[in-house]
Amino acid sequence: MGGTGTTTLNLKLKVWRQNNPQAEGHFEDYDVEGISTDASFLEMLDVVNNRLVKEGKDPIAFDHDCREGICGSCSMTINGNPHGPQRGTTTCQLHMRKFKTGDSITVEPFRAKAFPVIKDLAVNRSAFDKIIASGGYVSVNAGNAPDANARPVPKDVAANAFMAAACIGCGACVAACTNSSAMLFVGAKVSHLGLLPQGDPERERRVLNMMQTMEDAGFGNCSNTGACSLACPKEISFERIANLNSEFLRATVKNRNTSGSVG
Amino acid sequence: MKYLMSTIGRKQLMAVTGLLWSGFVLSHMAGNFLMFVGAEAYNKYSYFLVSNPLIYLAEAALVLTILVHAVSGIRLAIQNRNARPQKYSMTPSGDKAPRFQSRWMAFHGSLILVFLVYHLITFKFGTYYSVTYDGVEMRDIHRLLIEVFQSPAYVVGYIFCVIAVGFHLSHGFYSSFATLGLYHPRYSAMLNKFGYFYGFIVAGGFISQPLYVFFVAGK
Repeated sequence: MGGTGTTTLNLKLKVWRQNNPQAEGHFEDYDVEGISTDASFLEMLDVVNNRLVKEGKDPIAFDHDCREGICGSCSMTINGNPHGPQRGTTTCQLHMRKFKTGDSITVEPFRAKAFPVIKDLAVNRSAFDKIIASGGYVSVNAGNAPDANARPVPKDVAANAFMAAACIGCGACVAACTNSSAMLFVGAKVSHLGLLPQGDPERERRVLNMMQTMEDAGFGNCSNTGACSLACPKEISFERIANLNSEFLRATVKNRNTSGSVG
Repeated sequence: MKYLMSTIGRKQLMAVTGLLWSGFVLSHMAGNFLMFVGAEAYNKYSYFLVSNPLIYLAEAALVLTILVHAVSGIRLAIQNRNARPQKYSMTPSGDKAPRFQSRWMAFHGSLILVFLVYHLITFKFGTYYSVTYDGVEMRDIHRLLIEVFQSPAYVVGYIFCVIAVGFHLSHGFYSSFATLGLYHPRYSAMLNKFGYFYGFIVAGGFISQPLYVFFVAGK
């Protein structure tokens, strides 16, 4: 482990266990001992799972992939906070030094109708894929690569779009929202693509289609609590939601497609 | 029409109607301060309002906007409840906790709606006393006010409800602008603080009035 000041922790874990989407879930308690303060939260769960496997029990199912804070897989709610208590951090980047020995830690899946539990802490977030498929794209001219400076983008616009593009689609905004709304996610995509000239042709239909898909998927709506932005590991600004609101109003006024689907 | 059925459309309707009512409660609170001047000033102000033919238009607008606000709010709240069938055992806390009144808008909103109906029954449709100033007969609403605020239970209940109004405004005022898409990192932070100030002023004003009647004017 190395490092200075490494100590170990003894913890009381309360973990949501649910065998399949239809099953009734319940909390199970685990006493965990000798966890290094240098371990990440997922590594701590790995230690628990190793022990469960050795005891012939079913390990705790959770999603993970990159373990470096960019894939957005490690969705779980730790003591009521999506991705744990630390701002701007994914669960995989949350270190056990943030906890004290003797702490009780409650671990639940992200809870929303649109994110059904697959097993234990793993949830199905394909509702986000549906939202992306309905408008999270840009039209390109296939052919030779365009000139590098053919489409000038001012630095501040590029920076603003990039801040929205930092969204990793983890779903913490939905998990934190008292209404299970996905508006910060949709707002981030609408800002990211709509601010740039490449995304301009689809500007109106993007926002209308993505919002419609969001509603159809069973997400709630926004009551401006700002919990989403506080929970976001990429600290996507709440401003994205206000921007989404004005873009929606603008698209409603500008859109000329009156036949049901806007796509 | 599709816009009005969408969640953002409904929320924007709530924002506009909410802002109208924010303005109304402030003017109502300010007008009521005439009770500190005396019965005659208060009654004449009341007479001035109800004798203006535009009052019917204003009343119709208030009823319509509160209905739109309440119906949209209830529909959105139901949609929100359905969006999370399995509740959490714990809610966000510490650095990730939103301010608490923002999570309870539907709750204090419902309380305010019930209070509003009760308030109208007590005052607008309450006992009619009449008084004559300078040969003009008008309603002595001040007498009814003094009577009603003699009851400690009524005063406590009234104060509880106007505190709910204050909380509702403190989030709703700022929230309305965000819902309408008006947001700027610097000005919105100021607007947020102003929302608290607005809620505090309205609730504080409305609290001072029954207390004044109970402890001073009614004696």
